[in-house]
Amino acid sequence: MKSIIRLLSIMIIAASLSSCGYNSMVEKREAVSREWANVESAYQRRADLVPNLVNTVKGQANFEQQTLTQVIEARAKATSVQVDASKLSEEDIKKFQAAQDELKGSLSRLLVTVEQYPDLKANQGFMELQAQLEGTENRINTERNRFNESVNDYNAYIGQFPAVLTAKMFGFTPKGYFQAEAGSEKAPAVKF
Amino acid sequence: MTSAKDNHSSGHITAMLRRAWSAMCLAVLLVLGHAAYAQDIKLPERPDPPRLVNDYAGMLSSADAGALEDRLVQYEKETSTQIAVVIITTLDGADRAQYATELMHAWGIGQKDKDNGVLLLIAKEDRSMFLGTGRGVEGALPDAICKRITEYTIKPKFKEGDYVGGINAGIDDIQAALKGEFKNDEPQDTGSSFSIGWIILAIIIVIILFSIFGGGNNGRTYSSSGSSLPWFLLGALTSGGGSSSGDSWGGSSGGFGGFGGGDSGGGGAGSSW
Repeated sequence: MKSIIRLLSIMIIAASLSSCGYNSMVEKREAVSREWANVESAYQRRADLVPNLVNTVKGQANFEQQTLTQVIEARAKATSVQVDASKLSEEDIKKFQAAQDELKGSLSRLLVTVEQYPDLKANQGFMELQAQLEGTENRINTERNRFNESVNDYNAYIGQFPAVLTAKMFGFTPKGYFQAEAGSEKAPAVKF
Repeated sequence: MTSAKDNHSSGHITAMLRRAWSAMCLAVLLVLGHAAYAQDIKLPERPDPPRLVNDYAGMLSSADAGALEDRLVQYEKETSTQIAVVIITTLDGADRAQYATELMHAWGIGQKDKDNGVLLLIAKEDRSMFLGTGRGVEGALPDAICKRITEYTIKPKFKEGDYVGGINAGIDDIQAALKGEFKNDEPQDTGSSFSIGWIILAIIIVIILFSIFGGGNNGRTYSSSGSSLPWFLLGALTSGGGSSSGDSWGGSSGGFGGFGGGDSGGGGAGSSW
């Protein structure tokens, strides 16, 4: 019985010294939310560029209408998916990512199509627009990586003992990650 | 009897601890696994002593690199903006934009509160370059402008083999775009906060002195302490001023003081030549 009391008191002391991890948990959760805001604004940036891109391409005589329509539809869909920043569950992230990846896919198809229009490709305005798109893709990657890192930090922390007890008590739930896209390990066929 | 019960419940606790331990191990594994999957770009170490121009590929002569370093250090002193030039042999298959962003993040190019770092990354053998911007300069140097600089200013010179000329011309453009965006307000800041601190200290000391001597049992002590106070105040102020200017001199003399911890969110654009 004595050994149990000793064990318990050590645990209680250890837990109270670390404020049961509650404060760190809140901090880490805030870090995740902050990163999420950055992820969202990076995606928003891409969505904001799409109308510019569409208008520039439209100006080109007899440009394939279908590719353009797909991009516009994908953009509408991507911007309509809203995620509750306080939850960020795995399904939320998955749904968000699926919609955004569809937009990415239709944009790459658009840029493949552009290859057939040398005038457009040589146009300085278009080249800069392409640089901006490239930049947004890079920003999205950067923010996604940092988001994943912060989620990692948070998930690992709330899964640890003794923080896991506090986490259960106060309802800290694990958050979802962005998954590497299927086939993204290989070099993409179309480089933005 | 009691000892059996004891054994039983402590066995229960060890089982619980074991479970917690395995959860912890799993968490650690997850962290390691994810970190490994997120980053496999091998970046050069942050230079020590710190330098803004880092030529790992031997592209520039040491005289050219020195002149470029002086130019960038001077610019940093005036504006606090850190423009770094990093020349590597090869990207080793990594994406140049990602490489540049990771490097800016790892080295902390730019000031921490302004994120005003710019990185011109050049991969000699890949004949590829990327002009990366910190979050704070994205407004003045949007991706389209970065593309213009790499494509129309630097690339033509690089094609002729004029590397120094290309880099300098690129920096001209960068500095023109950033004109008036940032100024180095560090020395002024520390100077003014120092003297304010000293004034407050002097006032506190005056109050303490008053409370000690100024309780005024008789007029004689009161008047003598009163006459010494202005001198004391003057002494505190001048010594405060002296130490603050000494600090700012120490900070600004010499070469590049080191990267400031700025960050990049992935802005910029690149070209191949």
